Amino acid sequence: MEKKIKVLIAKPGLDGHDRGAKVIARGLKEAGMEVVYTGLRQTPEQIVRSAVQEDVDVIGLSILSGAHTYLFPEIMKRLKESNRDDIAVIAGGIIPEDDHKELKDLGIKAVFQPGTPISEIVDFIENEVN
Amino acid sequence: MSIDIEKLYTDIKNGNENKIAKAITMVEDGTKNAIKLMEKVYKNVDPSYMIGISGPPGSGKSTLTQRIVQLWLKKDIKVGIIAIDPTSHFSGGALLGDRIRMNEIATDSGVFIRSMATRGSMGGLNSSIYDTVLLFSLAGYEYIIIETVGVGQNEIDIVKLADTTIFVTVPEAGDEIQAYKAGLMEVGDIFVVNKSDRPNSQQMVLTLEQLVSFKEGKDIWEPPVLSTNALKNEGVSDINKWINKHHTYLKDNNLLQESRKNVIKAQMINLMEKRLHEKYIKPILNDKKFGKYIDLIYKKQEDPYSVIKKLLSVD
Amino acid sequence: MSDEKLKKTEKDWKDNKYEKTVNRFGERKDEFKSDSGRTVKPLYTPLDLEDIDYEENINYPGKYPFTRGVYPTMYRSKFWTMRQYAGFGNAKETNQRFRYLLDQGQTGLSVAFDLPTQIGYDSDHPLARGEVGKVGVAIDTLADMEVLFDQIPLEEVSTSMTINSPASILLAMYMVVAEKQGVSPDKLAGTIQNDILKEYIARGTYIFPPEPSLRIITDIFEYCSKEMPRWNTISISGYHIREAGSDAVQELAFTIADGIEYVQAAVDIGMDVDQFAPRLSFFFNAQMDLFEEVAKFRAGRRLWAEVMEERFDAKKDKSKMLRFHTQTAGSALTAQQPMNNIMRVTLQALSAVLGGTQSLHTNSYDEALGLPTEDSVKIALRTQQILAHETGSADTIDPMAGSYYVESLTDKFVKEAKEYIDKIDDLGGMAKAIENGFVQREIQESAYQIQKKVENKEKVVVGVNEFTEQESKKAKNLLKVDPEVEKHQIDGLKMIKEKRNDKKVDQALQKVRDAAESEGKNLMYPIIEAVKEYATIGEISDVLRDKFGEYEAKYI
Repeated sequence: MEKKIKVLIAKPGLDGHDRGAKVIARGLKEAGMEVVYTGLRQTPEQIVRSAVQEDVDVIGLSILSGAHTYLFPEIMKRLKESNRDDIAVIAGGIIPEDDHKELKDLGIKAVFQPGTPISEIVDFIENEVN
Repeated sequence: MSIDIEKLYTDIKNGNENKIAKAITMVEDGTKNAIKLMEKVYKNVDPSYMIGISGPPGSGKSTLTQRIVQLWLKKDIKVGIIAIDPTSHFSGGALLGDRIRMNEIATDSGVFIRSMATRGSMGGLNSSIYDTVLLFSLAGYEYIIIETVGVGQNEIDIVKLADTTIFVTVPEAGDEIQAYKAGLMEVGDIFVVNKSDRPNSQQMVLTLEQLVSFKEGKDIWEPPVLSTNALKNEGVSDINKWINKHHTYLKDNNLLQESRKNVIKAQMINLMEKRLHEKYIKPILNDKKFGKYIDLIYKKQEDPYSVIKKLLSVD
Repeated sequence: MSDEKLKKTEKDWKDNKYEKTVNRFGERKDEFKSDSGRTVKPLYTPLDLEDIDYEENINYPGKYPFTRGVYPTMYRSKFWTMRQYAGFGNAKETNQRFRYLLDQGQTGLSVAFDLPTQIGYDSDHPLARGEVGKVGVAIDTLADMEVLFDQIPLEEVSTSMTINSPASILLAMYMVVAEKQGVSPDKLAGTIQNDILKEYIARGTYIFPPEPSLRIITDIFEYCSKEMPRWNTISISGYHIREAGSDAVQELAFTIADGIEYVQAAVDIGMDVDQFAPRLSFFFNAQMDLFEEVAKFRAGRRLWAEVMEERFDAKKDKSKMLRFHTQTAGSALTAQQPMNNIMRVTLQALSAVLGGTQSLHTNSYDEALGLPTEDSVKIALRTQQILAHETGSADTIDPMAGSYYVESLTDKFVKEAKEYIDKIDDLGGMAKAIENGFVQREIQESAYQIQKKVENKEKVVVGVNEFTEQESKKAKNLLKVDPEVEKHQIDGLKMIKEKRNDKKVDQALQKVRDAAESEGKNLMYPIIEAVKEYATIGEISDVLRDKFGEYEAKYI
């Protein structure tokens, strides 16, 4: 039988811009991955619960509102509390470079800026999971 | 890498979500540990009550599912949901888009939603589905919903393994009625016409009732055709009522056992076909010679029947 | 030259001159496609205008179907309004930015609200955590609004507010602030976006389901037609649809189709179309393909005029005029080599000016990195001022008219958009098409195709997939939102709640509830009263949520 890479693409907080998240979700599917897209307005609790139940390999967070400073630590905290901080977390959207270090310190594996090709994200995920 | 199967089994029984999720992944991946686990599970676990739900996209089926689940949650019934989407034959990937439609119930501690891709299974039925049903049952989920989208043969194959099968449609389905004559009418135990506020809703109900009455077979169960408005939460308790009625009907007529045995039979056939494919067919497909045979047949120098005779050493 | 002769000479040129040169020197690409994927010919000639009639399809500025412009004098009388979208942190900071922009020569205000405000949550709501003051200014009560417009004479300045689901509440607040300045509502000029359909499609700040949302919108139409005749009651938007990934024709078609839905909703409750239509306005995107964009704006005017005349039988000219605001495309700007964005914005803005926009926002070059700083927004404003004063592009009306390319493209866009609108009619209108997922699927597919084109370099984006650099220099001086904003806002809210008369608030909210429950009452009146008592946006929205329910997002 075949092992598949399973990814959760999530939109934390109130940000309603989902073009990037949807394009990435589709791109990952076309690269052979199984993708669960959470939809808009996800709380950290919802995101972590979904990740746990779906037993995903990767969580991709998409956010353009600047609320990552509050939401990402919350998500990482809950992931740890659920004993699933082994899941790789990556992020994209509008996240100032100045914040990247803090996010990496939290355990986020990569922050992708606008214009990143899907192939780069696919490669990153494949390397990360294997 | 070997896992402590006993501990895993106990953790699942205790309702540990992480472990349940991991076990389902193991089963989907078909690992040796998964088989060891399932050996124990099959010998110890009774499957919980299974409800299959499907319908064309846009039928509001997920909204309905949520409403039904909310009714059960009020009675402290734990619910497991397996939401199935097709794997792309082209890429091997899948967009699992059912969970997103169940945001309202997803955070309830009594609900476990697992999205699953068909992973190119024979027809639609993925052997992981029933294995997951058993894992959910072990974990104490009393009702298990198997949900898929569409009313094609693949979807019918998936949801018919449930004890009670529900098909949801909408008044505008129109042309699809023709499709309903095939397979669907034989398999459905309950039919639901959602979006009852639409024009033609009553017509659709009547049409379905007529088609149901033409159904052949020895069952005395007459599938009801229900009218609902999921957004306004109308008609949902009716569905629940009928699910209970059907459950009682199955028990009273000793049909539950037969239904379950049919599931096991389907599972066996599925696993055998998979195994055979894995052992005999896959190596042939992967062999370079196979391409050469195709070439020869194309050039009219060979025919498929003779080639297969050679390859498989069968008549 | 007669058409017959022209056909012959064109063929002659193509077969002999053009093809011969192609055979010798080749062409840069195998296929030339516009930004929206349409084939671009090497040459356009009078033959491409064969089916177009000047009087019927183009005509004069200020004359039906208004293809050349809605007003007879256009920019010769007055430039477009230079209206930079601004807002962040709390009302005081945004007020400062407003005054800075007005000092720098901007001619109208445009307010950006934070997400909690846009979605009807107070700053102390659990879902507001981390979001307060981030993408716009935080407004909880009238008190914030008073600070927001401090020292800004509302009689003289027009204000556009990008607010949708709670538009009624913010409009009420604006009016009350003006009243306190001594300015009566009928003198107020401005716009509220108030376009819920595109929220479902592309922007995501919905609260209530479609039916009650349309009711609120038509209540606003009715209210303003009586009390605020200078106010634009809606800004029917294509900007966000384009940002979500649609092409130019889809942007056009879906926007016009949204407009049709709103007009129909108002007509269905018995309003006379000429009573409210003159105050409908639109909002479009200005993307990178210059000629497509100019054609799109012209096509938009003609389409809307024809819709209002043929479908709705409008009698007044003003009811048929598509007046619009434009914003340069944010999605075309890059994080890589951000200074390049200044050039992009300039060209996008040019297309809007050549397209006859009534008002314009130009993005700042740091758009892909964060909110604009004073410096970067100034450059964006200067871009408009240079266009206006130094290029002559505002000195004659609709200068691109008569271009064989642009006229034929305009006509083509009208026809293609009509095909989409027909499809949407078949689906039962925009609301049904959205429920069906048709619109969203079209947009998503287009977005995906664009991504693929960028990744295989069919679409070149300078600095991203070509002419790239290893960027050692990070963008300096990005705007930082004060992390204390949330705390200040919550403290301020607490104080207001302590000072106000709770009994009066409850009574006022009850009146809102009553109006929501009865079909014949206009929600604006009780909302205004509630706002005066310092009821919060959250409190008023919750009353409506109770009655109307919340929208369950459709996903495809």
